[in-house]
Amino acid sequence: MEAVIEAEGLGKDYTVAEGPLPRRRRRRVSAVRDVSFRVAPGEVVGYLGPNGAGKSTTLKMLIGILAPSAGRVRVAGLEPVRARTRLARRIGVVFGQRTTLWWDLPLRDSLALTRHLYRVPRADHARRLAELTEVLELGPFLATPVRQLSLGQRMRGDLAAALLHAPEVLVLDEPTIGLDVVSKTAIREFLLRLNAERGTTILLTTHDLGDVQRLCRRVMVIDGGRLAFDGGLAGLHAVAPSPRTLVVDLAAPAAPIAVAGARTVRVEGPRQWLELNGNPARVIAQVAADHEVADITLREPDIEEVVHRIYAGR
Amino acid sequence: MRVYLSVFGCALRRYSGYRAATAAGLFTNSVFGVINALVLLAVFAARPQINGYTAIDAVTQVYVAQALLGPVDVIGRPLALAERIRSGDVAVDLLRPAHPMAWFLAQDLGRAAFAVVFRSVPTFCVGLALFRLALPQEPARWAAAGLALLLAVLVSFTLRYLYALAGFWIGDARGVTALAGTVGPLCSGLVLPLVLFPDAVAGVLRALPWSAMVQVPAEIVLGKATLPGGTVLGGLAFQAAWAAALLALGALLTARAARRVAVQGG
Repeated sequence: MEAVIEAEGLGKDYTVAEGPLPRRRRRRVSAVRDVSFRVAPGEVVGYLGPNGAGKSTTLKMLIGILAPSAGRVRVAGLEPVRARTRLARRIGVVFGQRTTLWWDLPLRDSLALTRHLYRVPRADHARRLAELTEVLELGPFLATPVRQLSLGQRMRGDLAAALLHAPEVLVLDEPTIGLDVVSKTAIREFLLRLNAERGTTILLTTHDLGDVQRLCRRVMVIDGGRLAFDGGLAGLHAVAPSPRTLVVDLAAPAAPIAVAGARTVRVEGPRQWLELNGNPARVIAQVAADHEVADITLREPDIEEVVHRIYAGR
Repeated sequence: MRVYLSVFGCALRRYSGYRAATAAGLFTNSVFGVINALVLLAVFAARPQINGYTAIDAVTQVYVAQALLGPVDVIGRPLALAERIRSGDVAVDLLRPAHPMAWFLAQDLGRAAFAVVFRSVPTFCVGLALFRLALPQEPARWAAAGLALLLAVLVSFTLRYLYALAGFWIGDARGVTALAGTVGPLCSGLVLPLVLFPDAVAGVLRALPWSAMVQVPAEIVLGKATLPGGTVLGGLAFQAAWAAALLALGALLTARAARRVAVQGG
């Protein structure tokens, strides 16, 4: 299928000036190096990486506010920097830490302004606003000045503002940052629905692995400016195999358990954590035979550990 | 075009919300006008004519200046853009399918329109109530004064826009803003009418863009021959030329900034 986002050998170097003025030295720093990927229409892709890995730099090149130093990039068939304004009419962008809304005015005013900004026909705008108001439950605070909104409400307002022109691609930079569990869930469910019903392509960066697990069938991990992984969630586990953990609750505190096929990594009173590297059934049987056990649970590695291993391994 | 009208409307509504700030500004303008006028009256008591200005002319300029201070930001208080460049929020501005300079201009015109009604008119009325002012007699000069006000707003906006834009290259425009806070009031004729400066200095200051914000509008109200070209029309042309030049420079630098300069912040 034709890709809606295409990056090939994408790179960005910055020049940073260091030191006091008379002996200031200039140094070239690569924020992004040789990043290539394609995103097909309708995909939901998570773009992960530690702080400073190059996530935001990549996003800025995709949306046309930063010119790449190397490689090429196309979004919705356009070259972002050259066609920034035309591209802006076809994509929606939300920065979790920044807002496009008018701080002192009712949310409704900012949403009304987007009609002229994106030249949306009046009827289409009214219909989409009604839909978004319902799905994002904006009704109760449409008339409230933006500065008085909670972070979760403001985020929903920003999402609505980014979607009123029905963009094909939605780019989200940390859309759930700082939100409580209820707000996070609301945003995730909304994005899933948007993707399912409209086929909107979604690319999001996040540090919240709950976002990834709920939303993304595909993840890309960037580290040190290079793409360290690109594939399905399951593949992520395979590339950085993380051991499962056996949590053993003993009847009484004891010395660290010594058993073949596992290694005790942590002891806290009667509870011990064993990192499994052998057959779990055999280890459990052995532990139960050697000790008086109150409870045993087997824990799958969560995505956080997996990603941590990818970051740490480089 | 429709989008900029909407932005203008939003800015108008936004500033109409700041009632306390408006009242405080009005009070400050009126009080500073009184102080400034009394100082100049003392000066003119010693010398009734200075470079073609009488005491009434000088006091009129004081209240024209104070009335202009609402819509025309002579002091060069930074546009929101300056802070947005520093913090990286400007990314959001560059993402709109609208010209950033036109966007911020529409906002500033909205702010100015509100200030004309709720700052300029009342401030000037205070001046009229307290002092004898020289008012234009012909309707045409009133119209010219209105046009001069609009052009002064444009010059003030473009100057502040350029100060803010400097942040793209130097990272933080606060130093520029501090410098502008001194240069603006002094070179515009706000602190003292430029006629009170030595001729050589006044000659230079009159040619600079800052004079288009206070000195030229004041002389248009007064109908002075010291205007560029010696006429009201000459004064308007001077203002329009600076406004056009600065707008063109602003548009050019906006394109440069958007193309070459990395947006700050993660």
